[in-house]
Amino acid sequence: MKYTQGKYLILKKSAIARNIYSFEILCPEVADVATAGQFVHIRVEGFTLRRPVSICGIDKNKGTLRIVFEIRGEGTEMLSHLNEGCLIDMLAPLGHGFTLNQDFRKVILIGGGIGTPPMLPIAEFYGSKATVITGFRSADAVILQNDFKSTGAETVLCTDDGSLGIHGFVTQPFEEIINSEKIDAVYACGPMPMLKNISRKAIEKNIYCEISLEERMGCGIGACLVCACRTKKNDEEYFAHVCKEGPVFNAKEVIFNG
Amino acid sequence: MADLSVNICGVDFKNPIIPASGVFGYGREYEELFPLSKLGGIATKGTTITRRNGNPSPRIAETPSGMLNSVGLQNPGIDYFIETELPNLLTKDTVIIANIAGSTVEECVTIAEKIDKTDVHMIELNISCPNVKQGGAAFGTSCASAENITAEVRKATEKPLIVKLSPNVTSIADIAKAVESAGADSVSLINTLLGMRIDINTQRPILKNNVGGLSGSAVFPIAVRMVWQVANAVKIPVIGMGGVSSGKDAIELMMAGASAVQVGAAIFTDPFAPVKIIDEMNEWLDSKNIKSVREIIGSVKPW
Repeated sequence: MKYTQGKYLILKKSAIARNIYSFEILCPEVADVATAGQFVHIRVEGFTLRRPVSICGIDKNKGTLRIVFEIRGEGTEMLSHLNEGCLIDMLAPLGHGFTLNQDFRKVILIGGGIGTPPMLPIAEFYGSKATVITGFRSADAVILQNDFKSTGAETVLCTDDGSLGIHGFVTQPFEEIINSEKIDAVYACGPMPMLKNISRKAIEKNIYCEISLEERMGCGIGACLVCACRTKKNDEEYFAHVCKEGPVFNAKEVIFNG
Repeated sequence: MADLSVNICGVDFKNPIIPASGVFGYGREYEELFPLSKLGGIATKGTTITRRNGNPSPRIAETPSGMLNSVGLQNPGIDYFIETELPNLLTKDTVIIANIAGSTVEECVTIAEKIDKTDVHMIELNISCPNVKQGGAAFGTSCASAENITAEVRKATEKPLIVKLSPNVTSIADIAKAVESAGADSVSLINTLLGMRIDINTQRPILKNNVGGLSGSAVFPIAVRMVWQVANAVKIPVIGMGGVSSGKDAIELMMAGASAVQVGAAIFTDPFAPVKIIDEMNEWLDSKNIKSVREIIGSVKPW
């Protein structure tokens, strides 16, 4: 679980949807220890705070990581100006990732929007045992569909406006599957309302469910206690920290607002 | 290799650089990156009498050359600190400064009494946290209340007592004089400046607490000014902080009158910042042929 800070070479950059970029980064010591669900904390020149970005691919043989991020503000905009051949300053790998189990026979992966990238390493682990349900605002925001297909996983695509795939939210195909098959685990990342719905339905069906949360972050390693999220620990409310105790939590432990 | 050691209230520091309270936890996470023995000291996360959950998220926001935070003193409480974190910290060959905070004077006194029985090297009494509803900065914004709480905590401990001051006051020098007269051995400044950001698309403040403490490079000139004013007003040593992110910044704050320097927000940008600052100070002193960092304390030549 050792993390390091360093400047690493961007081998490949691609624009994969509107305002969404993919970097392949050469960082053997990070790739060597990184696991699905962890994140990297990126320094952006001219900004005080680092930007956390989830890991979308880990290639231990090539010693590379892949990250996919969306321009959300000035920091990620600046990050998107980095090109192939540039160095990227990362503190990584950070956080507590997903629990993967070789014995699981059927799992569901759910990604909402820019919450989709951390699902890819899980799909690579489970292959054809996984069904990946992804949802996006519209066709121009859809990412990673071919990457998921190449893992052997079954894919289900939804868009809010119906411009591609199923017209509607990910919760609808999710419910259909859990009502018709035995599912061993659910993994999800995306907007809070989506995570709340998925968690509630998985818990009702007694399916093991892990969700990856996002929060504005400081140090990224668990020292500053900035990125608090409400959880339950021994039936008592406990402010856990997304950067160290998360970003992945057992859905049963998370307290959702409202 | 210049002599970087300083002595504050009889406590020897191998160098004047101290990660500020709040950014560094109890050092465990940073020990993965560098040995804590490289640091002059560590100001530990503010400890209250019982466990606190702190404020709701979001608790942090980027600002031009800085950041706002509103953590609200989340911490596991004094007993956990003494039993679980302190024994480990005391093995790290660096000065341990226990930062304490309370909602009432009595709470601060109780915490100080408990810490007095430990091997902590110094106590830093926080009378300047802008992010808690009770206590916090309320103690630090009037001379009378600052003097009162300092005098009460002073009675509770023999340890060197640093009082951490708020910049959100009319005259920080007057507050410094008040705590000096009440028995403080040192003052540290500046805590964060109260600030606010609003997301103009949602019309909502970015911080759930609405307001928070501003830190980072943006506040550095204010820190230099306040350290200079306070150093001229009191006889006790001043520990400076506020936006220090390089060895040159640390030198500047010491020239203004600081005997040691705490580093906060810069650690978020670069976790190695304290170690780099120590190296940069050493290089600068060598380049100027200055034998000891102590020579530069308060050495500014004002017009």
